[in-house]
Amino acid sequence: MLKPVDVLMVGVGGQGTILASKVLAAAARAVGYDVKVSEIHGMAQRGGSVVTQVRLGEKVHSPLISEGEADVILAFEQLEALRWLSYLKPGGAVIINDQQIYPVPVLAGEAEYPAGIIEQIKGKINNVLVLDALRQSIRCGNAKAANVVLLGALARELPIEEEIWREALAATVPPKFLEVNNAAFTAGYNSRSL
Amino acid sequence: MKELLSGNAAIARGAYEYGVTLAAGYPGTPSTEILENLSRYDEVYSEWAPNEKVALEVGIGAAMAGARALVTMKHVGVNVAADPLFTAAYTGVNGGLVLVSADDPGMHSSQNEQDNRYYARFAKIAMLEPADSQEAKDMVGLGLEISEKFDIPVMLRITTRVAHSQSMVELGEPGAREIKQYAKDVKKNLMVPAFGRLRRVSLAERLAKLTAYSESAPVNFIVKGSAKTGVITSGISYQFVREVLPDASVLKLGLTNPLPVELIKQFASCVESLYVVEELEPFLEEQIRMLGIKVTGKELFPATGEFSQGLVRRKFIEAGVLPARPAAENPLAGLPAAPPRPPVLCPGCPHRGVFYTLRRLKLTVTGDIGCYTLGGLPPLEGIDSCVCMGASIGMSHGIDKAVPGLRGKTVAVIGDSTFLHSGITGLLNTVYNGGDSTVIILDNRTTAMTGHQDHPATGRTLKGKEAPEVDLTMLCKALGVPRVEVVDPLDMAKLKEVVQTEVAASGPSVIIARRPCALLKRENRPAVTVDPEKCNGCKTCLRLSCPAISVTDKKSAVDPNLCVGCNLCVQVCKTGAMKGGNACA
Ligand code: SF4
Ligand code: SF4
Repeated sequence: MLKPVDVLMVGVGGQGTILASKVLAAAARAVGYDVKVSEIHGMAQRGGSVVTQVRLGEKVHSPLISEGEADVILAFEQLEALRWLSYLKPGGAVIINDQQIYPVPVLAGEAEYPAGIIEQIKGKINNVLVLDALRQSIRCGNAKAANVVLLGALARELPIEEEIWREALAATVPPKFLEVNNAAFTAGYNSRSL
Repeated sequence: MKELLSGNAAIARGAYEYGVTLAAGYPGTPSTEILENLSRYDEVYSEWAPNEKVALEVGIGAAMAGARALVTMKHVGVNVAADPLFTAAYTGVNGGLVLVSADDPGMHSSQNEQDNRYYARFAKIAMLEPADSQEAKDMVGLGLEISEKFDIPVMLRITTRVAHSQSMVELGEPGAREIKQYAKDVKKNLMVPAFGRLRRVSLAERLAKLTAYSESAPVNFIVKGSAKTGVITSGISYQFVREVLPDASVLKLGLTNPLPVELIKQFASCVESLYVVEELEPFLEEQIRMLGIKVTGKELFPATGEFSQGLVRRKFIEAGVLPARPAAENPLAGLPAAPPRPPVLCPGCPHRGVFYTLRRLKLTVTGDIGCYTLGGLPPLEGIDSCVCMGASIGMSHGIDKAVPGLRGKTVAVIGDSTFLHSGITGLLNTVYNGGDSTVIILDNRTTAMTGHQDHPATGRTLKGKEAPEVDLTMLCKALGVPRVEVVDPLDMAKLKEVVQTEVAASGPSVIIARRPCALLKRENRPAVTVDPEKCNGCKTCLRLSCPAISVTDKKSAVDPNLCVGCNLCVQVCKTGAMKGGNACA
């Protein structure tokens, strides 16, 4: 019996949640999971708040995750972690990329970017992992691999062997970027919280 | 072999496997990826039409001549295609004809959330509603079969969560692409009143046969469960119901027009209490009530917005079907609220300066459908209205003719793809009726919002072939517009001057603001830097609504990772604090 897992990937349009969800789906299929993935296309992709929902189980019906149901929230940006936190189930884990991207109302001075988001979330949730995926990916040789750093951190939370992840990654990213992405995955997989 | 496919990719796969020869459509979220996926199969001819009406007519022609055809569009596109649709029900088909209508409950990327299931009933055509990608693929095949067997167009009605959710699909081998014999038959295909009357009667007969078929159609099935609670549902709502009520009896309807009346009656008689779970309008519910069956539907479930298992669970708890959950303390109480993150025009978007300018000039601006609709949001606030594809031009003419106070102060803005979709006739009307409007065509050389599809002015087809490129200037001139100007929208001074001149000039004029979409053509320009000595914190640059610019502690800053050096902020800055970028690179 495979343990059902719901993963919510949240971020800002253009941050690369879709590739991360592809690798996760491929890895999950390799161990026999039924998989459903739900994405948003269109207007929200222009710098709006975006969410990709990935559900794994013996048999998955709904492609959506409702409030209080996600086992893991993988947040590509701090404010988005805060926005979607109510989707976490009690005892679930949150992985947060340290990055801050200001939305237009904040840029325009009409709203404030809340201070100390990470500390506040840590005050409420036990299982929080924070990492600087952007810096780690640059260290690995490509700023665009931040999503794979986050994926590496996610891999630690899920009941899927590292090898399977590596194979899924190799099958998903273009060969010429595999080395960078493997390094990024390792960085995420071995990272400890900031 | 199984593959993880989105509903849209599965429909494309279905067209490939089930012998579709021709596919046509117009891009529109959430339908766009169907044709994009299909264009990769060499065996199937596919094309973008300039609008949905043309796309459907292309499909009707192919089907009349004996080929299997697939036509795709978003829900509001069916409004545009409604004219041929209603009469195609009369003529029927030769080769199968499937029309995909992709509805958008919750309006993720649409101006309304109309429930297109009513179209199937209104036009008297068959309708199938898949609940996942496997069904989406299978129903392309079934739809084509039904279409040919009952001589009727079939609507394959999907919603955002079917279109854009991926689930497992068993791939099959592609069948033969047969073309049936075409024989001229005016009584069937030439809808003059005398023949139309005959086909009207024939349509009623065809529908009656279809109703009989519906009773035993394999896509209408019962999931046996407890007799206490019965649920009738269709489409994505089925998944939510299965998730929330694993033990209930469920009548899952896949063929939802015409409905299987006897099957519904029989199911209703076997359960103690009956619910209808459907997103948007009470389409099933009203018809079931007309059978004299007692059901609970819209008094419990909302008629607006999108469903989820969370919502369906809450409602069944409310109804007492599920036990109430003990009210837990909110573990997140005390956390700050997250400020909204609305979508925004990209850094370097060629539309930005146009809206900035229109707002500065205090013009009334009728808008249209595309990325540029975002130019109406604060802080740009450069558009007054957005109704439907092409509406901007007719609306500005209406304002002009009816309200003297706004005459000469109104501008219509419309994208290149939208103009070709349904702006041309509006402009023709303005010219014909002696209008005064100024129309700005935001020509970014693509259909940007839906993910950069080609159109008749880009010089490429869906299949990536070179194509004749319509010359927008000559087109406008041919419509009789005396004044047509082309400007670079990154040259703000020139843009402002041209807008002022054209608005003041009598007679209609067109300004073509031409610059490729920033995502389409990445320019290699240096990022802008800010001299903090010169910046006085006036926040003028913020009015551009560029995601790269922020002002903290009365000093402006530009994020070098986001800035693409379009130079607009340099042009609006009054103190000369911003340096760099290059508009003309
Ligand atoms: S995709 Fe192109 S047209 Fe749309 S907002 Fe971005 S730059 Fe502008
Ligand atoms: S030059 Fe100015 S307006 Fe253009 S992208 Fe850079 S910061 Fe934004």
